[in-house]
Amino acid sequence: MADVERDPVTGRDTTGHEWNGIKELDTPIPRGVLMFLIVTHVWAIFWWFMVPAWPLGVTYTKGLLGIDQQTTVEARVIDGQQQRSGWTTRLENEPYDTILADEALMRTVRDTGRQLFGDNCAACHGRDGRGRANYPDLTDDDWLWGGGPELIEQTMRVGINTAHPESRVSQMPAFGRDEMLDREQVRSVAAYVYSLTHPDYSTPENLDRINAGREVFVTTCAACHGENAQGDKEIGAPNLSDPYWVYGGDLDTIIASVHGGRQGHMPTWDERLTTAEMRTLAVYVHDLGTEQP
Amino acid sequence: MLANLTSLERQYALMLAGAVALAGLAMAVVGRSDVLGVHGVIVMVFGGGLAWLVMASFYGPEPTDDRTAAYYDDPIKVGIVLSMAWAVFGMFMGVWVAALLAWPDLAFDAAWSTFGRLRPTHTTGVIFGFGGNALIATSFHVVQRTSRARLAGQLSPWFVLLGFNLFCLLAVSGYLLGVTQSKEYAEAEWYADLWLVIVWVTYFVLYIATIARRKEPHIYVANWYFMAFILVVAILHIVNNLAVPISWGQAKSYTIWPGVQDAMVQWWYGHNAVAFFLTAGFLGMLYYYLPVRAKRPIFSYRLSILSFWGITFFYMWAGSHHLHYTALPHWVQTLGMTFSVMLLVPSWASAGNALLTLNGAWHRVRDDATLRFMMAAAVFYGLSTFEGSFMAIRPVNALSHYTDWTVGHVHAGALGWVALITFGSLYTLVPSLWKRERMYSATLVEVHFWLAIAGTVIYVFAMWNSGIIQGLMWRTYTQEGALAYSFVDSLVAMYPYYIARAFGGLLFLIGAIVGCYNIWMTVRAAPLAALRSDAPVQPAAVPGE
Repeated sequence: MADVERDPVTGRDTTGHEWNGIKELDTPIPRGVLMFLIVTHVWAIFWWFMVPAWPLGVTYTKGLLGIDQQTTVEARVIDGQQQRSGWTTRLENEPYDTILADEALMRTVRDTGRQLFGDNCAACHGRDGRGRANYPDLTDDDWLWGGGPELIEQTMRVGINTAHPESRVSQMPAFGRDEMLDREQVRSVAAYVYSLTHPDYSTPENLDRINAGREVFVTTCAACHGENAQGDKEIGAPNLSDPYWVYGGDLDTIIASVHGGRQGHMPTWDERLTTAEMRTLAVYVHDLGTEQP
Repeated sequence: MLANLTSLERQYALMLAGAVALAGLAMAVVGRSDVLGVHGVIVMVFGGGLAWLVMASFYGPEPTDDRTAAYYDDPIKVGIVLSMAWAVFGMFMGVWVAALLAWPDLAFDAAWSTFGRLRPTHTTGVIFGFGGNALIATSFHVVQRTSRARLAGQLSPWFVLLGFNLFCLLAVSGYLLGVTQSKEYAEAEWYADLWLVIVWVTYFVLYIATIARRKEPHIYVANWYFMAFILVVAILHIVNNLAVPISWGQAKSYTIWPGVQDAMVQWWYGHNAVAFFLTAGFLGMLYYYLPVRAKRPIFSYRLSILSFWGITFFYMWAGSHHLHYTALPHWVQTLGMTFSVMLLVPSWASAGNALLTLNGAWHRVRDDATLRFMMAAAVFYGLSTFEGSFMAIRPVNALSHYTDWTVGHVHAGALGWVALITFGSLYTLVPSLWKRERMYSATLVEVHFWLAIAGTVIYVFAMWNSGIIQGLMWRTYTQEGALAYSFVDSLVAMYPYYIARAFGGLLFLIGAIVGCYNIWMTVRAAPLAALRSDAPVQPAAVPGE
């Protein structure tokens, strides 16, 4: 059955088998392959002796180097903490004024803060901190709960409308949906609020509605937003007389806000960021506002 | 299709299709308040459709008595068509998810089209749909020719092929509906998994029974690989998918594996799916179609033995390299790493055996794009197995893990190796199966080859670049010991590479569509081949059997 032939190209014999025209040569395994096999095995066996490798019932071979990934990572974490401690201790302990005045420290804050902001805050507030619809711009001068590093740190630590015991709490009721105001009142108070930042809206034909809206505002909205609609940072009530809007300052969005109410949410970072990280971010965010117009 | 089945076999086929439809009805009723019900309807329509097909030609002429004197090629032909259809679907989904990463709005704000649901339709579509059907088809072809025997069953090849496609259909439609086990490459839920076990065991029995009927004294290498592929995939599939459904009327199940053991079982499965589905199976293809096309004997039988046993033994240990620096104990990681490196030798021995087989046929490689497909496949196989062993080394993995480098590595293997060897094999197989002299257009094969090569190279280079940049950005610290980049920074840096990757994938998809057209036209219009003997050995013709 075995018809061994000589292959003219390689000069090797075939094995003598044939499958539908396919034959095989009886070429010995090239020496390079065997060498390579030995090298990889020696390498593997070397590592088995050096590091944890083979199970032995309830334990395992620990290896001559005494390395284990758990202890390695713990040591690395401590190294990293020590490397950072130069500036993290200062950020934890020094007052904000001192930090802001130290140009070298502020460079570190800007570098580190940019990365921390990108990983923790940018998803909502944007990479540049300018926010977008429903998420406040952090680069402007307008603050719901007050600017400055201390108040920003406080907002970050407890969050807004969170489960944190000291959470900042703020809610704009749904005046229309919950029938505290009727349809016409909602429209007129929105028209009034809109006119505050859009003087050209106060045309003679709109004037009646705006005036009616002002009365509704004084009785219903002023308690939080103030007589002059300038808001109250103690309770997170936005200033309605400036050009900065969280949810949008066009007439339709204002009507929607009055009708359906608003209750923003900012997570608490108390247990997710270290004090140094939070204070870095507080300075960084404050710095965003002072750097840009 | 039924011309080769006797009326009794047609009755069995009808009963089987009816049973599937009834099972679908039962699923639809029991699971009516769940997505399981939707899958019940799909199963019912599938079974009903098949029953209708059987009935449509139920009373056609019976096969002649000498049907066993011919190879059984009908299921292979259907398998090739299904494979190419899945290729276009799966690669299209791949281009879509690639584009989603560059332009997220392409999800069009719908739940079914989110990245998490589309991505497994791509992986299942190409691995199981395209690759699986190609493996079933070519394995049926190879086992018959190298055994010089007809397939051992008449109905079972159809059961394997169509049953497997029902599994793929349930898997892919399930993802779009939100049904998933969240196990990579094993996302299909418990009922689809159970069905696949039945199909796969049938496949194994059919294959072994055909080998047992062989008229050759020795079992050819390709069949070793196909048998390893079928056997080990069955084991992997069963162990990894052990799960408890929350009720018989619901699609959701929970795996029986807890915590890090689940991760280990998953990657033992995942890596051996690469080994036995995407490597062993396709090496089976390579070992048949490459020497046939090159008209050369295999370079070394001894090297075949070394690589086969090396691959089957070492791969089994390597899965834990997917879990470096995780909760998995350090010693398991060391074993995964060292066995991955030892695995390189038999892997390269296979690639070398293939390339050295081409000695004496390099002029054919130059002139014949079909053979060049297989040559390039062997080169990419060598490249990606080297890369895989390299990435399995822990410190290298510290850089590459979780980055696009992994994605690039997978695609060097999937596009460069798996898809190229499949196209080369199909271009060899299609003319011989439909008794054509050659493919309809050699130019189109050439066009497909260059589209596929260009697509693969662009894809892999884009992912190498983006992966290494990602890995470096994630580990760069400032002098003060803080991270230099946020995660979003690394995403912004990926943007141009994501566009390049989508473009590379698109070229590959266009190549596959060109291939479909060429195969279709070959079946329709290529000149008939001169009559050649292509039939099993008859018992009487073998003296002394």
